[in-house]
Amino acid sequence: MGSEDVYILGINMTKFGKHPELDTVDLASQATLAALDDAGVTMKDMGIIAAGNLMGGALPIAQVIQKQCGQTGIPAYNVSNACATGATALRVAIMSVKAGESDFGLAVGVEKLAGAGLLAGGSKKADGAAWERSGRYGAVAGVDGRIGTDIMPGVFAQIGMEYGHKYGGANFELFAQISEKNHGHSTLNPLAAYTKAMSLEQIMGDMMIAYPNTRPMCSANCDGAAAAVVVSGSKLKPLSAEQQRRAVRIAASVLTSDPYEEACQVLPNVNTLTRSAAKQAYEMAGVGPEDLNLVELHDCFATAELVHYDNLMLCEEGGAVDFFKSGAPFRDGSTPVNVSGGLQSKGHPIAATGIANIWEVCHHLRGEAGPRQIEGAKVGLAHVIGLASACGVHILESNSAN
Amino acid sequence: MAEQIPFVDYLVLGDEPHLVVNECSSCGARFFDRRNACAGCSGTEFKKAPVATHGEVRAFTIVAFAAPGIQVPFVSAIVDCDGTTVKGNIVNVEPSPDHVKLGMPVRLTTDVIGADGDGVEAVNFGFEPAA
Repeated sequence: MGSEDVYILGINMTKFGKHPELDTVDLASQATLAALDDAGVTMKDMGIIAAGNLMGGALPIAQVIQKQCGQTGIPAYNVSNACATGATALRVAIMSVKAGESDFGLAVGVEKLAGAGLLAGGSKKADGAAWERSGRYGAVAGVDGRIGTDIMPGVFAQIGMEYGHKYGGANFELFAQISEKNHGHSTLNPLAAYTKAMSLEQIMGDMMIAYPNTRPMCSANCDGAAAAVVVSGSKLKPLSAEQQRRAVRIAASVLTSDPYEEACQVLPNVNTLTRSAAKQAYEMAGVGPEDLNLVELHDCFATAELVHYDNLMLCEEGGAVDFFKSGAPFRDGSTPVNVSGGLQSKGHPIAATGIANIWEVCHHLRGEAGPRQIEGAKVGLAHVIGLASACGVHILESNSAN
Repeated sequence: MAEQIPFVDYLVLGDEPHLVVNECSSCGARFFDRRNACAGCSGTEFKKAPVATHGEVRAFTIVAFAAPGIQVPFVSAIVDCDGTTVKGNIVNVEPSPDHVKLGMPVRLTTDVIGADGDGVEAVNFGFEPAA
């Protein structure tokens, strides 16, 4: 292990779901303390904290966590990158360790989202007052719903439909089958917000939100937090054999934003930046998609999961429908995808998601995933995307000899 | 006839309603919003250019839940207008997957969305099926 390597030493996610008795700080503290405990270190060892919480407004969540868990005067970075916030916090901690500024780093993501409705840009109503132009389009009223849709289920529906239009084979039933897979997977995950399997008929017959995404095909708004402790290779060496065995090597950590392309400011292009992040990550890690034992990808909607099979190069370009139909992304398939249940069933407490998916992969690489363990898992990939856009891809490798 | 104003700056009313873009003078990238510089090449000079009023549906969704004041269900679509991608609602069609199809040809149309206290009407655009 070179000193330039960075490892996950400890990691934790809270139970996702409704936590009416816990506030944002409770959830963040719970994950933080558990991650430190899992790592076998304390707040005093940390050289940096990076944290994110999207719905808390201007709350400096990193310092708020310090106030509860240990104020040691270290640099605190409050990060915000939409649904990629957790991955961004982790990446900040990793960069600090890689740069040699810290030996240990802490990353935390937390969200209270249970009961939240549709997430969108908001829409002004026209009323009796004189028309007044505002915004960059000079619109006289809200554009959401009047010039296409800005709601997330609708935006991602269009992204999936666009893929279907380009390559064919994607229809309502296929997207619903993807959701059926993830709801089925979540039955083995006690930390998922929803742990009930759903039939194809139930999913297709449920409330339509934005065709072809019905309610169970949308990410589940819920409460949750996740935290990770990272360490440099050289500081891992003197730690116990058990800590070294359970450490997970971060073989690649990549964050991208979307480059300009025609139409990207009309319908967000989630493809190019994901493909670019995946390509960089595979090169950095020296592995290919065929080497992955499991993938946690950003299935914010069933329509999104399909396009990311392709973007992460789990299949040939244009081959996502065939890839799914072959059974590959099921937990007994060749490239299990979202064995946690994914965002549709495990849930999506926004800022926590980009660390929670790393937790899921680590859990398998450590051989600690119990009934849902992917046997012999050595290499896994975690992917998130936040609109605007940011994409985080991490490739993780088991550090145990067997 | 009541005074009419376009719903957004990039809609031009009159005998042949159409959309206009801010087109980058150096790389040709097209934008509907007010610009500081070009996202493609960072150029700062733009000229107005008209957008084709016919197009093809490249992606759509049928939205069943929306902000207050928005009638549902409605069809939101991404339309390829001769190489310029436009977002808009598909109107004058039954909002169901049986009637809205990927690749469907559409044309620009306009509709009054309401009037203010002075009786000035705001006119929005959408796309309708082109036979």
